[in-house]
Amino acid sequence: MTHESNKRWTIKPSSTLLDLKISETIEYRDLLWLLVRRDFVSFYKQTILGPVWFFIQPIFTILIYTLIFGSVAGISTDGMPKPLFYLAGVVTWNYFSDCLIKTSTVFRDNATIFGKVYFPRLIMPLSIIFSNMVRFGVQMILFFLLMAFYFLKGDHFHITSYVLLFPFLVILMALLGLGLGMIVSALTTKYRDLAFLITFGVPLLMYTTTVVYPLSAAPGKFKWLIELNPLTAIIEYFRYGFLGNGTVSWLSLAYSFMVTVVVLLFGVIIFNKVEKNFVDTV
Amino acid sequence: MSNIAIKAENISKAYQLGEFSTGTLSRDIERAWARLRGKEDPFLMIGETNDRTKKSESNIVWSLKDINFEIEKGDTVGIIGRNGAGKSTLLKILSRVTSPTTGEITGIGRIASLLEVGTGFHPELTGRENIYLNGAILGMRKAEIKRQFDQIVDFSGVERYIDTPVKRYSSGMYVRLAFAVAAHLESEILIVDEVLAVGDAEFQKKCLGKMSEVSKGQGKTVLFVSHNMNAVSILCKKGIFLKNGILDFSGSVSECINIYNKHDFANVLKSLWVNTNNQFYDESFFIKKVALTDENFNPIAERTLSSDEILNIIFEGEVVEFNSALKIGYELLDGDGNLIFSSLSTDQNQANWIGLNKGLNKVVSSIPIKLLKPGNYVVSIHVSLHHQKWICNARQQDIRLNFNVINSYYESPYWMQDSGLIKVIVPYYLIS
Repeated sequence: MTHESNKRWTIKPSSTLLDLKISETIEYRDLLWLLVRRDFVSFYKQTILGPVWFFIQPIFTILIYTLIFGSVAGISTDGMPKPLFYLAGVVTWNYFSDCLIKTSTVFRDNATIFGKVYFPRLIMPLSIIFSNMVRFGVQMILFFLLMAFYFLKGDHFHITSYVLLFPFLVILMALLGLGLGMIVSALTTKYRDLAFLITFGVPLLMYTTTVVYPLSAAPGKFKWLIELNPLTAIIEYFRYGFLGNGTVSWLSLAYSFMVTVVVLLFGVIIFNKVEKNFVDTV
Repeated sequence: MSNIAIKAENISKAYQLGEFSTGTLSRDIERAWARLRGKEDPFLMIGETNDRTKKSESNIVWSLKDINFEIEKGDTVGIIGRNGAGKSTLLKILSRVTSPTTGEITGIGRIASLLEVGTGFHPELTGRENIYLNGAILGMRKAEIKRQFDQIVDFSGVERYIDTPVKRYSSGMYVRLAFAVAAHLESEILIVDEVLAVGDAEFQKKCLGKMSEVSKGQGKTVLFVSHNMNAVSILCKKGIFLKNGILDFSGSVSECINIYNKHDFANVLKSLWVNTNNQFYDESFFIKKVALTDENFNPIAERTLSSDEILNIIFEGEVVEFNSALKIGYELLDGDGNLIFSSLSTDQNQANWIGLNKGLNKVVSSIPIKLLKPGNYVVSIHVSLHHQKWICNARQQDIRLNFNVINSYYESPYWMQDSGLIKVIVPYYLIS
């Protein structure tokens, strides 16, 4: 339970809402890394291509997007090479949506472990965030390869100083996915209705942000709706940083940041509340 | 609380029965509303003690109710009780898997709890990887596991397979590896839930040995839940007896086991069957009464038999018309329903068959108890006409009686509880 002997502990019916048990979570950091490792290793066990499979999904996605949205529908990519434009959106969106979808079932997926052993429950959603970050990192390599390819081909795009915001953007996406996922997972332990919403809702949500079109091409009537999605600013900043193309304003990033903070706070509170007794109802 | 390791005060736990669906939502809202106004939960007040055999108005059930106890450092405590008495709930609360509805537990020292072995084992990962993962889930640091790695592998005895995915393990190997990790946890308090029920006999012995080493040698506080009274009496010094969610008794382990046996089998132990409804009529043998007695034909009632005794099964029946096809006998089953043997009056040489007289007859069959391991047993009566008809079917347990056996054979200092359905002691000679 704790790593010090002779430490006093108390088991009570309820605890304070914001008690994150940070120190306890830090003590279990080894478990966090082992879980991340487990997810990564078990993903490609008994496959021939191994981690290459991390590439396959985004490659096929951008192929389809280039064909459907780029050629058939003829949606603008602001003069960017189409595959590169889509990949920037797909990689970032995938990270966010993977974090959200996986976290949203964390209680149900781990009910057997949670029902038998105690460890700070926050470890599980955190391990999901980091596992997906590994996958995200691998997909970023693909993105860099594609960038190099188009650079050598002579397409004109340029890296701007906004690229320094990249780590911040990743953390924002991770925390937003984590916060939303925790809210959904906590709400679905007793009543599972919301879980259905996630399975079809999240893929649809992609169209409300700038994955397959640039913000500049959004029709004026719906622009505010698209800007309402906190992911929009993140993706736009990402494109602006790496490709020098996108509609960015500090206000929109500040908005995304505020939404993330609120969602995360709410997620932590509700997760903490549910965590203690969910074993009885899941 | 200088010498107290765990102190529980007024621990209660309520569960909601039935399914959760739209119907339960309105009740949830009602409860939340009551809590918001600072009132007591309206559905928790109707609670009653947990007797699963009785139907109840409320769908809230108290799995534990007002449990108070103190456990001193270095104590080994057995928690016993029937199924559904709240043992597992108590362990879950102590392990922090779920929280109590009311009450508080305080304690000192690191807790290692084994409600299950192999929690979090991933089938695709190798034994080595799973040792690290499982150890970390149980609360060990990586460095700690590394330090003990060789001992863990050694204890599990699966060294050859350590780099093979555990999905290729036999179930026995899987459990060995899992227990080995758990056994090397460094903690002050160890909570164990019947993990001994797994693995083969040799491994069970190893586990029991490891546990008594932990409790006696290292002075750890151990809480142990088991249905195996022998294991409890060997391992534990103190006992807690739970009955329908209420702490019925807490004290020395021998007293506790006695009380448990009285409570637990008072309503199931049946050593006498009387044919009050005039069932199973046949003119060749109309069975009237079956009784279990000791060698002096005194009823055993609710007494537990020990190994130096003889059990007599007495059949009383009325013969109207003698029929040479008549067979009387029984099946003996252990508490898990395994058939130990079946026996018939016609098993022996035909010359030695019993000849029944017209009128009332008493037939006796004797079983030496030293053949039987500790536990409870069922006697199911058989009466039939050979190749013609069942009068009383043993397979369907038309008439069943039961009895208890404890500490069967302790004559040898090397005696161990072995696997196998019965215990046979055969002679050994030196011939050259």
